[in-house]
Amino acid sequence: MDLSLMASSLPKLLSAAVITIKLLSVSLIIGLFIGLLFAILRLSKNYIINRFAYAYSYVFRGTPLLVQIFIIYYGLGQIEYFRSTFLWVIFKEPYWCAIIAFSLNTGAYTSEILRSAFQTIKPGIIEAGKSLGISNKIIFYKIQIPVAIRQSLPAYGNEIILMMKGTSLASTVTLMDITGVAKHIVSTTYKPLEIFITAGGIYLLMTFLIHNLIKYLEKKYSFQ
Amino acid sequence: MDLLTFGQTGWGDELFYATLMTIAVSITAMLIGFLFSAIFTPLKLSNKKFLNLIANFYTTVIRGVPELLVIYLFFFGGSGAIMYVASIFGYNEYIEINAFITGSVAIGIISGAYSTEVFRGAIQSIDKGQFEACKVLGLKKRIYFLKVIMPQMLRLAIPNLSNVWQITLKDTSLISVTGLVEIMRQSYIAAGSTRDPLFFYSFAALLYLMLTFFSMKLINRLEVKYSKGF
Repeated sequence: MDLSLMASSLPKLLSAAVITIKLLSVSLIIGLFIGLLFAILRLSKNYIINRFAYAYSYVFRGTPLLVQIFIIYYGLGQIEYFRSTFLWVIFKEPYWCAIIAFSLNTGAYTSEILRSAFQTIKPGIIEAGKSLGISNKIIFYKIQIPVAIRQSLPAYGNEIILMMKGTSLASTVTLMDITGVAKHIVSTTYKPLEIFITAGGIYLLMTFLIHNLIKYLEKKYSFQ
Repeated sequence: MDLLTFGQTGWGDELFYATLMTIAVSITAMLIGFLFSAIFTPLKLSNKKFLNLIANFYTTVIRGVPELLVIYLFFFGGSGAIMYVASIFGYNEYIEINAFITGSVAIGIISGAYSTEVFRGAIQSIDKGQFEACKVLGLKKRIYFLKVIMPQMLRLAIPNLSNVWQITLKDTSLISVTGLVEIMRQSYIAAGSTRDPLFFYSFAALLYLMLTFFSMKLINRLEVKYSKGF
């Protein structure tokens, strides 16, 4: 074990953690909106809309994230027409491709989490709202959504950690996140054990922080 | 569609064998994972604090670190570590470990961390009375585990194990970085030589979807079989 190398590579890895955190937080925010939208679509009584939302979540949960990133980053650039549209400004950047892939992926999982949360809301809560004469729209936004979010906190916490680990795949499309930088340092120092263990330690610390944050939120917003 | 023909001109046969490789790696990794959970589940349930600590360290670290990093660690660090051990015994040649073995072990260790948690949860949710009844009846430890605890545990564990199987199956795509020719690697090679990444990566996605779809059908049958009499 080369401890001095571990110490000297730590600042580089920590500065790369900024990119990891950026990728994670932006994808989570976009993914939450996608997830909420598709969870609502899943609850729709319309068969086609329902099936469409189900197909989306099935495809994104049934295929590896790596394939999704590769299709978006390497695949879409192949279409001539696509490259002439304004969208190309976004899709030519590996950073945005990674964000789009991560958002769509986490959106699929989030939609499942929120859907089951919506379905397990006690009907009494909604009925209470109705009997108080609150409009359906307000019941939905002010009662159903907050209760669903509270109920899905534990599962969503797991999803955040899974996504945090998923961001390491950004290194396969040339992004210099923690894993990318770690791999780069290994290629110049030939000390894989030391570097990857240090990088793993940073990820572990992030997992620990997210885990505790979710626990704190669960406690704060618990019904009791 | 010409791209998918079998034989010299198309990529059909290559992708077919790559799919078999993905299945082989997934099953091997899952079995290695079971081996790990057979070791760590008893440690998790043990009364000794120290043994708990070891098992918790394993599951926490593996589940808290990206899969890709674990695979890199094994692939780049593994041969170095083995060469170091070999050099103590006086063997100084370069040792290269087979990509299939490294990949399966790396994924197996990850899969093992998840299945350990599943088995722990399953055993803990078995009614305490069952354990006590076995003790009262004076059953031998082996029989009591195999005939009483195991069947109940499997019934509770199968739905969650099917999640672990899905995770494992999808994680095998990451072994492509080590050069093992499974679906992802083969698609990468095909995409590179035909300059048609969109087609091949989409086809890879389709293959994975088919694998998850059919394995879920199979697992559902198992679930029905084991939930009889419940």
